[in-house]
Amino acid sequence: MSSRNAILAAVKRNQPAALPLPEKEYTSARKGDIEKFSATLEGIGGKAYMLKEGEDVLAVISTIFPEARRVVSVDESMEIHYLKEHLTIVHHSLQDVDVAIINAQFGVAENGAIWVTEDDLKIRVLPFICEHLVAILDVNTIVPTMHEAYNRIGSAEYGFGVFIAGPSKTADIEQSLVLGAHGPKSMTVLIKSL
Amino acid sequence: MSQAAGKDHAALAEKFNKDEERVNWHDRTLWWIRQKRDKAAWSLGEEWEPLREEASKIKAHTLSNLSEYLTEFEKNAQANGITVHWAADAKEHNQIVNSILTEHKIQQIVKSKSMLTEECHLNEYLKHQGIDVIDTDLGERIVQLADETPSHIVLPCIHWKKEEIGELFHRHLGSPEGVIDPAFLTNTARVHLREKFLTRRIAITGVNFAIAETGEFVVCTNEGNADMGAHLADVHIACMGIEKLIPKRKHLGVFLRLLARSATGQPITTYSSHFKKPKEGKQLHIILVDNGRSTQLGREDFRNSLKCIRCGACFNTCPVYRRSGGHSYHNAIAGPIGSILAPNLDMRQNKDLPFASTLCGSCSNVCPVKINIHEQLYQWRQVLTEEGHQPAAKTVAMRAMATTLSNPGLFKVAGKAGRWAMKLMPFMVSNQFNPWFKEREMPEPPKESFTEWYQKNRKKK
Ligand code: SF4
Repeated sequence: MSSRNAILAAVKRNQPAALPLPEKEYTSARKGDIEKFSATLEGIGGKAYMLKEGEDVLAVISTIFPEARRVVSVDESMEIHYLKEHLTIVHHSLQDVDVAIINAQFGVAENGAIWVTEDDLKIRVLPFICEHLVAILDVNTIVPTMHEAYNRIGSAEYGFGVFIAGPSKTADIEQSLVLGAHGPKSMTVLIKSL
Repeated sequence: MSQAAGKDHAALAEKFNKDEERVNWHDRTLWWIRQKRDKAAWSLGEEWEPLREEASKIKAHTLSNLSEYLTEFEKNAQANGITVHWAADAKEHNQIVNSILTEHKIQQIVKSKSMLTEECHLNEYLKHQGIDVIDTDLGERIVQLADETPSHIVLPCIHWKKEEIGELFHRHLGSPEGVIDPAFLTNTARVHLREKFLTRRIAITGVNFAIAETGEFVVCTNEGNADMGAHLADVHIACMGIEKLIPKRKHLGVFLRLLARSATGQPITTYSSHFKKPKEGKQLHIILVDNGRSTQLGREDFRNSLKCIRCGACFNTCPVYRRSGGHSYHNAIAGPIGSILAPNLDMRQNKDLPFASTLCGSCSNVCPVKINIHEQLYQWRQVLTEEGHQPAAKTVAMRAMATTLSNPGLFKVAGKAGRWAMKLMPFMVSNQFNPWFKEREMPEPPKESFTEWYQKNRKKK
């Protein structure tokens, strides 16, 4: 505790007179552009797929990943892929998941990111530990920039929340881009327009 | 770091410059990243400059209310179930980490990138305590296997060639000899590190931003290593400097738009992870570290350096960094910003760093939070000179140069004399007593100066 008080005292002693906080408001209700979102996502190594009317999500996933053995989702409506035991399962045991399917709360056009929280994921490590990630996104939720994104998040409660923009990647070896550093080697966003 | 102890920037840069081809390659790679940054910034058009301005002001405001924001953050983080620790310096920081490990009887941990832990020399300290630390960022793992430190805050192994990494992985990770394909090598590391993620029970991460309003913090990575470590561990320890605070969650909108664009030219990092509460049944610790920051806050001329969001843009654009390499700065944070931060920690050890700059101002131009980097470097020179710390070789030449530059009349004469001297006695200019011209080909002296040319041509008109 003593360091705490010493640090706070030193900071207080040395901080300059109060400077104003710029109170810029970003309350635009602009809609994000779907074309921009898709193009940006592709640009960062992700894939955008527009679901056609009446198209079955599970059928699309099995066409994209015909070889996948373990496909999981924590959403009950995902039928055969639903991970019933998500409350009790040892998270490390997900290491052989080929495809994880998650529901995105919204997307951001300027950077191709989607936002999810612990409520959507149930298991925090799920979108990181899988080989391939599929996120389902409603086209009407796309916002233009990060300002609108945080407007939308507001003061929401969560234990953990994350913007995910494309597959895990690294360019640490001579700046050559490699997808799938530690997390998913691919990220597909299935966009629902209805 | 250890390999550089007792050396100064010029001597270390000279060593780095022995291999000219390598220097050119290093230079080109970083310039390419700088160009990617430009494209990303321009993609925001008119929005970019106001965004920098806003970020700079938010940081200025935060620094001017830092003690209040720290208290607010502590209160909210504790309400979220996070254990908050305070460390006055590197030593105390390391001891806190060690005490958490001891309490859990843990001797093996994973760590994702944190420049703060580099600043505190945590790895070295833990090694002495018999703790096995695995750095999980690919670049950091590479330098760790080679028993080195990162040479860049965002691109830790930017000075390594793939042939060397192939050889390193062959020796340490058993990859086939002669394999240098980046995808193959990355996959080798993925397999090696996945085993560590699955078996280590304590994970350390850094912090990019901490939010006073909500008591949460944000960690940005492309690889997902911070998340793999933190979510699979029982205990997550996050280490941050006290200057990482921002007032409100909505301010992340400003900073996340700037950070990755400035760092690598990406629109955002792959993961921007917001940690607010520990996982059920698990522990989340945060260590707030001062280590000289409150002192820097009191130095009016250098206070702005605390706005830094560690994007690395000033490194990539710096003509001196690009051609001298990160290790020549013998400090955890290299580059222009490191040269401002280091003397605050130890003026004597780091007296050479503010001189490792051409003061061209390119760093200040790219800085997303508008730190007046080159001006602060100049100001450090004044302080160091006043306190008798300036590097000896530069003293005479620098003093002569300063007098000349501040006196237009003398500048004209010196220019004339200089051109004359270079023509007749090039050895006088390019000798080892002239620190500016060492190792450089001197340009052909112009026949007449600009002033002479201008006067002649203006008269003609
Ligand atoms: S000083 Fe500015 S440009 Fe340099 S790392 Fe910090 S934020 Fe980036």
